[in-house]
Amino acid sequence: MTATATAFVVLLVAWAGVVLAALSTAALTTVVLWFGIPWFVAMTVALRWYADQHRQATGRLLGRELVRPYRAFGSGGRFARIRWLLTDPATWRDMLWALVNCVAGTAIAGLVASLFAGTVYYAVYPLLLAVTPPGVFDRPFALVTLHHPAQGALLWPVAGLLGWLWWRYAPELMRIWAIMSAAFLEPTSAAVLQGRVAALAASRADTVDSAAAEIRRIERDLHDGAQARLVALSMNLGLADEMVERNPAKARELLAEARATTSTALTELRDLVRGIHPPVLADRGLVHAVRALAVDAPLPVGVHTSGFGEHELTRLPEPVEACAYFVVSEALANVGKHARANRVEIRMVLEPTRLLASIGDDGRGGADAGAGTGLRGLQRRLAAFDGTLSVTSPAGGPTILTMELPCAPLSPKTMRSSARD
Amino acid sequence: MRALIAEDHALLREGLIRLLDSYDIEVVEAVADEPSLVRALRREDIDVAIVDVRLPPTGTDEGLRAAVQARQQRPGLPVLVLSQYVEQLYARELLASEQGGVGYLLKDRVSNVKQFVDAVQQVAEGGTVMDPEVVAHLLRRHDGPLAGLTPREREVLEHMATGRSNAAIAASMFVTEKAVGKHIANIFAKLGLAQSDDDNRRVLAVLAYLQG
Repeated sequence: MTATATAFVVLLVAWAGVVLAALSTAALTTVVLWFGIPWFVAMTVALRWYADQHRQATGRLLGRELVRPYRAFGSGGRFARIRWLLTDPATWRDMLWALVNCVAGTAIAGLVASLFAGTVYYAVYPLLLAVTPPGVFDRPFALVTLHHPAQGALLWPVAGLLGWLWWRYAPELMRIWAIMSAAFLEPTSAAVLQGRVAALAASRADTVDSAAAEIRRIERDLHDGAQARLVALSMNLGLADEMVERNPAKARELLAEARATTSTALTELRDLVRGIHPPVLADRGLVHAVRALAVDAPLPVGVHTSGFGEHELTRLPEPVEACAYFVVSEALANVGKHARANRVEIRMVLEPTRLLASIGDDGRGGADAGAGTGLRGLQRRLAAFDGTLSVTSPAGGPTILTMELPCAPLSPKTMRSSARD
Repeated sequence: MRALIAEDHALLREGLIRLLDSYDIEVVEAVADEPSLVRALRREDIDVAIVDVRLPPTGTDEGLRAAVQARQQRPGLPVLVLSQYVEQLYARELLASEQGGVGYLLKDRVSNVKQFVDAVQQVAEGGTVMDPEVVAHLLRRHDGPLAGLTPREREVLEHMATGRSNAAIAASMFVTEKAVGKHIANIFAKLGLAQSDDDNRRVLAVLAYLQG
């Protein structure tokens, strides 16, 4: 029935596409006039909306979602906007589709609609014959004359034949229409590649940015942390050296302080190293490192995993492990800072081609990937691996971060060669 | 003596105050960021400012820039710049005024408390103090013209460029002040620099030559 309903709609509105295409082409001839540009933009946008409706219908028939082919609009004034529309091949393919659809689409949809309408028509023929005056419906096909409504039932085989044809072929005909439409309405493989290249360029820039920011952070941490403490330490020791004879009590006090400073500096160095590449991650892999995070967390954290093999030791490529670990660790830190949660559940599922992880808390929610730079930073980090991070966090909670990271587990052989001592 | 300290790390700030205090240098103000440093450098009652290169808000080189700017407005304002690493460019900027009363030291130098306090006093009195690392670097750059110096003279030059007085050089090399004077005269002759009796002027001349 979906097919037939779609056929009727296509039949009814196919002309509109041609009108829109014609109007926007006509607008191009008037761009020198003041109304030309807004007219063209309005018509093109209308045609896009019209095409989008057909994308949905086509998607329903094909059982998959159609990809929109349009380029993203950057920024700029009305000239940038018209440039964007004019230079996008999808604009012209929409118009071409509108023409093709008006002819071929109408033909196919018309056939389907006629089969359905014919079936109904001949099925209810006796009724028509009964309720209309003689001379209107009593001469079907102009060959015979029907004198009694019951004779109308003689046309039921015709209804049956049409009905069978409709039942048998309507979905397939509309499928042909859908395939034809999809060929025009979806991006060409060149456009898909172009989009991919743009996405890669963006994620590469992000990767470079986040790597630079990371190095800067480490430098700052060292400068303000361990390095400063060591300077303070040497100052204390120097002063103690001076005092040891003049004022032994004071010297002892300075030495005690120096010892405290040393252990703080060591702690800071340890934390820093752990932040760069935690030893447990290098030694035991992702699952154990996440379990270690859970143990250290200030609130109860449940860790559930599957697909990591016996003893949860399946290893992933080192950069992937580091990225996944970083995301989980940042997510946990965020929960600690913002969520006021009582409990966190971490789930990690390793599939043959991807790693899925979710971090859910029972806190107050309201986390926004757009607002916080933290979540955005995680997304950028993941983008380097074509990974994604989505957040659902209604006010009042719960907050669930879902990470998807394409990757393949290391085979035991490559594991050995990349394993560290 | 009255000193101003600009250091954002509380631990180091307190340590410096304590250290200077035990050598009777009164810290009249200790600030932790650039805006308060700029304001404090306008004080008339300070004999020396000890400034960390890196200060908030951006944590880059605002301490140094504030110091250089203050010295442009008040030539000769004694400033000792401390840093966790030495950067030749910063040394050059500090020396650009060709005025004394300036110092640039690694923070590590505070561990030798006596020498550090000496350096503070020297800067306060209008002297010039350069970190040995800066000087070593400058000497490396001038291998050609310096090849004519004897090892002894080279050593004296190195000490002199860090801003030490004849007496201090003599003490650390275990020779008499007279011998040091003679070495210095030779160095100046070999490098073609005009002699000067004023210690401070001499240091500046040497540094200017090395920076050249």
